[in-house]
Amino acid sequence: MAFRYSFGGDTFLFVEVSEDGMSLEAFFLAMAICKKLREMQVKGITEICPANASYMIAFDPDILPHDKALEILKSLEQEVVGAQTTIQTRLIEIPVLYNDPYTHTCLMGFRNNHQCREPGSTLDPNMTDIEYARQMNGYASVEEFIEAHAKSPWFVSMIGFVAGLPWLYQLVERAKQIQVPKYPIARIDTPALTIGHGGCFGCIYAVRGGGGYQMMGITPAPVWDPAQRLPYFKESMVFLNPGDIIKFTPCSESEYNAYVKQVEEGTFTLKIRQTPFSLQEWQADPVSYNQEILKALA
Amino acid sequence: MNTFKVISPGIATFVEDLGRYGYYHLGIPPGGALDQASFMVANALVGNDKNAAGLEMALMPAKLEFEKEAVVAVCGAHTTPKINGEEMPSHTALKVPAGGVLEFSYFKKGARAYLAIAGGVDVPLVMGSRSTYPLGGIGGFKGRKLEAGDILPIGTPTGKPSAKSLDKSYHLELKEIEELRVVLGLQDYKLTEESLKNLFNDIFVVSTQADRLGYRFKNGQKFTYKDLPQPFGAGANPSNITDACYPVGSMQAPGGNEPIVLQRDAPSGGGFAMYCTLISCDLDRLGQFAPNQKVRFKAVGMQEALQARKAYQERIKAMVVSLV
Repeated sequence: MAFRYSFGGDTFLFVEVSEDGMSLEAFFLAMAICKKLREMQVKGITEICPANASYMIAFDPDILPHDKALEILKSLEQEVVGAQTTIQTRLIEIPVLYNDPYTHTCLMGFRNNHQCREPGSTLDPNMTDIEYARQMNGYASVEEFIEAHAKSPWFVSMIGFVAGLPWLYQLVERAKQIQVPKYPIARIDTPALTIGHGGCFGCIYAVRGGGGYQMMGITPAPVWDPAQRLPYFKESMVFLNPGDIIKFTPCSESEYNAYVKQVEEGTFTLKIRQTPFSLQEWQADPVSYNQEILKALA
Repeated sequence: MNTFKVISPGIATFVEDLGRYGYYHLGIPPGGALDQASFMVANALVGNDKNAAGLEMALMPAKLEFEKEAVVAVCGAHTTPKINGEEMPSHTALKVPAGGVLEFSYFKKGARAYLAIAGGVDVPLVMGSRSTYPLGGIGGFKGRKLEAGDILPIGTPTGKPSAKSLDKSYHLELKEIEELRVVLGLQDYKLTEESLKNLFNDIFVVSTQADRLGYRFKNGQKFTYKDLPQPFGAGANPSNITDACYPVGSMQAPGGNEPIVLQRDAPSGGGFAMYCTLISCDLDRLGQFAPNQKVRFKAVGMQEALQARKAYQERIKAMVVSLV
């Protein structure tokens, strides 16, 4: 895997760790380098940001010359190849109301931004995002699509866009990845806690705001809580970290409403378990390995 | 403790300091004053530490009433401060009497005026900064822009205000066509030769979509892309990449259309290819460009970027020293 290094102005250094985009291997490499960099506490590195198949640092060139920063990052390339492929992580069950009324109202307001009304489109001009995703991925029904979306767990592969928003990469082989184009024209609104999907990535919109991912459903579980009211925000305003594993569990509208009430009352909790994850063991048999780690939630 | 009350807030007035660092990996952008030089000079005028929180007023000024006597200074966009209706000089430490009303004329040049108050705006530190992060609802005053009726606390002044005014040669100047220097890179390999040439030949115009998240530029030619395979997970549009981190100041062009340069409150990452990044001193300058400002981009190498950085730092130092 060839790494590509590129400066972003005089204060950023951006590194693509994979030429052909997202893979679990690429994600593990970026995560391992960022972990190592954090431990090294290099003077002059001001931000260390792991991403899906890349990472980025911000640096102060008055303290750390740019060529020295490049040299340090390049020296880590060899060091991490093949390393750090077994991690101890958290497995978290997140309830989702798929095909919910909130994202439905929002998405119908943005049909003119969607593929279904692009010039020359033969799609139903009032098609929903989840129906579009179903068709693009060849599932026979929305129910089957939801089953595929919720059955296999997802890796938190990056945090960003806005505070606490996780990017999610499903733990299935490339051929089975759900892939959907992003909106051709981004929306200016998305309900908070929408479950989105764009390219091969899922996400949970941490706050209300703009977005371009297709909207699949909504979760009652906050992922950004600046007041740190809920128990699972005790340590940080941001709940999720790269390397966490998420399992979506479909819920009914009445369950969703009950959870929302618990969130308001400050009593909402999530099922969180510790689990090891081995990249090699997963690669050897993804389906069995997923079943094995999901037992912790039973 | 002293306070001031917002009589009218302008259109986008925020509490800012020099920014919030170390949380970009959580999606929390640096924020902070867009024109950092003007911000620091305003603080120097009132005898504050350079990082003391002040107000950034975009395009339209605020009107404020001070509970007790306070010392203030306004820098950046050209505006004439008025205290109880009397015109006063900008770029100068001014005394506002107890109960005094401070307002400003419409901006004649520039997009952002910085108001420093001796003692600083004493809002709580959040993650090491008093800057507002409106999307996340943290920092500044209640995590949002100022509204009429807000009452903000002022800290205890510690330093001595300057008796001098900032020399006119240091005031903001804008040319008819401004130049913004960029370092090429990131995913510039996706663009055709012709598009790269256009990027540096076209004269762009700052659109009305220009704020603390990003600046959109119109009037350029649409970007065209080389016929390259899309990386896995990126989506089919050639302007998309496998979602990654965005450098502050980087340029993207969703769908190949009008380029956007990310500002200090921008998304920390996403799925749009980036073609170049403004050098840091020119990113500061961009914050003073109002809609309709004409702009030309210029590619520079790292050595030139670092020289420009040094010259900018020396200019700020000279401005501050000139006030002593």
